[in-house]
Amino acid sequence: MEIRQEITKDNYKSYVFEKMPKSSHWKNMFWAFVVGGTICVIGQAFIELYSLWFNDQDASVLASGTLVLIAAIMTGFGFYDNIGRFAGAGSTIPITGFSNAVVAPALEFRAEGYIYGVGAKMFWIAGPVIVNGVAISVIVALLTLIFGG
Amino acid sequence: MDTFLMFLKAFAVGGGICLIGQIIINYTHLTNGKILVLFLIAGAVLEGFGLYSKLIEFAGAGASVPISGFGCALVKGAVKAAKQDGVYGALTGGLAACATGISIAIVSGYLVAVIFRPRTKKK
Repeated sequence: MEIRQEITKDNYKSYVFEKMPKSSHWKNMFWAFVVGGTICVIGQAFIELYSLWFNDQDASVLASGTLVLIAAIMTGFGFYDNIGRFAGAGSTIPITGFSNAVVAPALEFRAEGYIYGVGAKMFWIAGPVIVNGVAISVIVALLTLIFGG
Repeated sequence: MDTFLMFLKAFAVGGGICLIGQIIINYTHLTNGKILVLFLIAGAVLEGFGLYSKLIEFAGAGASVPISGFGCALVKGAVKAAKQDGVYGALTGGLAACATGISIAIVSGYLVAVIFRPRTKKK
């Protein structure tokens, strides 16, 4: 009989890696590139559209906002998670992935109520993103003030 | 022609950023949240040196749509406001610049949670 190894944090991790289904790296990378690129092209199309009425800065912000809205609705219908299954980082890294990370847990934890369910779980992933983003933006801005960048 | 070239650049740069993310995921198995934070910080730090804005100028949505563009917008807003209003601007500028995206995500997230039913995940 095999002597059972003691499970430590480290060897558990490598055990999980061994057992994880190996998906083809090349296929993953191809779809991440294509889907990520396509989402950015759609964003660019909205920028071109909005720049008919707004200045460049506003058009860019509104285009991202539109993508966020579309991704939120697609998450509601369950489409976005289907894309995520084969696109990997291609659907995570664009702003639509941020939107999905806000909406999906909000939807999933609705059963726990609107305060501690939707209200709290909405920031499960968005929280760390906003916290780190705001912190680093304040630090960089203060450094700019001090050193006159 | 100019517009077409812009679409091509957006596709190449946006796809390229996602490709880098996928390679990192393939080799490190980082979770989605960590990948998002990693790219956000990368964009913010690059913008701290004024580099990311140049990429946005070059590739448009290809650089502003990935989450690193969000980090860039935060830093850009904070630095711009800091130059105008000093410390007060440094504190308000970042969130003000990203308020549109965050607000749309929160409001639509809330509405979707009210309207839609959670789906069972297909295997």
